Amino acid sequence: MIPAGACPRINRLFRFQWEPAQQAHVLLYPEGMVKLNQSAGEILKRCDGNRDLPAIVADLEASFNATGLTPDVEAFLAMAEEQNWIDWTEA
Amino acid sequence: MDTLLVPPEALQPAARRPGPLWLLAEVTYRCPLHCAFCYNPVDFAAAGPELSTDDWLSVIRQARTMGAAQFGISGGEPLLRDDIEILVAEARRLGFYTNLITSGVGLTEARLAALKEAGLDHIQLSFQDATREANDLITNTRTFDLKRKVAALTKAAGYPTVINCVLHRSNIDHLDRIIEMAAEIGAEYLELANTQYHGWAFLNREALMPSAAQLAEAEAVTERWRQKLGKKMRILFVTPDYQSKKPKKCMNGWGEVFLSVTPDGLALPCHTARMLPGLDFPDVREHALDWIWHDSPLFNRFRGTAWLPDTCQSCEDKDKDHGGCRCQAFMLTGNAGATDPVCPKSPDHALIEATLASAERQDNCHPLVFRDPKASKALGRAF
Repeated sequence: MIPAGACPRINRLFRFQWEPAQQAHVLLYPEGMVKLNQSAGEILKRCDGNRDLPAIVADLEASFNATGLTPDVEAFLAMAEEQNWIDWTEA
Repeated sequence: MDTLLVPPEALQPAARRPGPLWLLAEVTYRCPLHCAFCYNPVDFAAAGPELSTDDWLSVIRQARTMGAAQFGISGGEPLLRDDIEILVAEARRLGFYTNLITSGVGLTEARLAALKEAGLDHIQLSFQDATREANDLITNTRTFDLKRKVAALTKAAGYPTVINCVLHRSNIDHLDRIIEMAAEIGAEYLELANTQYHGWAFLNREALMPSAAQLAEAEAVTERWRQKLGKKMRILFVTPDYQSKKPKKCMNGWGEVFLSVTPDGLALPCHTARMLPGLDFPDVREHALDWIWHDSPLFNRFRGTAWLPDTCQSCEDKDKDHGGCRCQAFMLTGNAGATDPVCPKSPDHALIEATLASAERQDNCHPLVFRDPKASKALGRAF
């Protein structure tokens, strides 16, 4: 489903940022806002169009001293793509 | 704000009421178009002088400090002011998501480049119809070709193409062509907003209201195009209050998420609230935004549900709709604190039924009154 080597990035219809008033990462779009929980925020923070799925997972596992995150990250990114929050660069 | 995914209650701990999330700057009532369905007050020509650039910058900074994340610039036609770039740049610098709501008139290549440089996030372009004749008729201008040109310019500048089209009796039968045109232009998002009857639109209500059959056909046409285009172009069809019989919360709740400032500096809990009688509208040059939002009598007048009339107090939907739109209640019943008559439980619902019945008549033939300063002065009333 995810082309090998492709990198997720925030869809240009959204802006991703840390929002001090919410103490959370959010996605902003015209006339609306999605408040993200911590793990969603940490994953999207790494969706910069330069890192592919394995690189994102490796970084998350290193940052949070965890293992086996691939299925969770993959499921989240599938949902995020369905919501149009992200798209994928060409492999 | 129907699209807001996080309910405002969930956004902050309940220690203090959250600030506004959305600041709408209506920077001018001046407009090159003369649309008969405009929601601006009919007596806009009597409004005081426009806020200065510094006044707007102060409003923007205060709202951001209070936690607002959306900054919309609207009007009238905002591009008639030459300081929009300055406002956008400051809003963007502070972390606002910036959205320009424009007819496209005045959006030259140079202006667009300057706005892009200032960090403008998003442009919402209004279209009025799919043919030159119909567009130019309802706006009382010659602007059709210009709009297509502007859509191409914004696309070339890397903006997603987001088009808003207000639907009414004279253009709703062209919907198939309107959607086709939006697809041709390469729009990512098309909002089909049925006329809400405020301001000039209320004045022209009989001439603008479609029949039930027209509306049903429009929904069917929209659905066909949704099937055909899928994710390529998202189409939002906003059902009109009158026909849906479902009252809607004023801007997702009076004083809950939305704060609008008029060209002459009045802070409002919704775009059209200045028509309401007996209320003191706080001036942003005289009061801090924090006081206006939390403490002013205006923002507390219809906040929450404690003020609701008996009809609503006993209703299970009261937390969902807060009794509906205050302006609609006032325009139709003369009482801003009444249940919105679009609700079938309203004692005044017969007023809606009568208007809908009138829209069914084939001999419906009312002249349009176009929005311009001369007519505004001559009429001298809010709606």
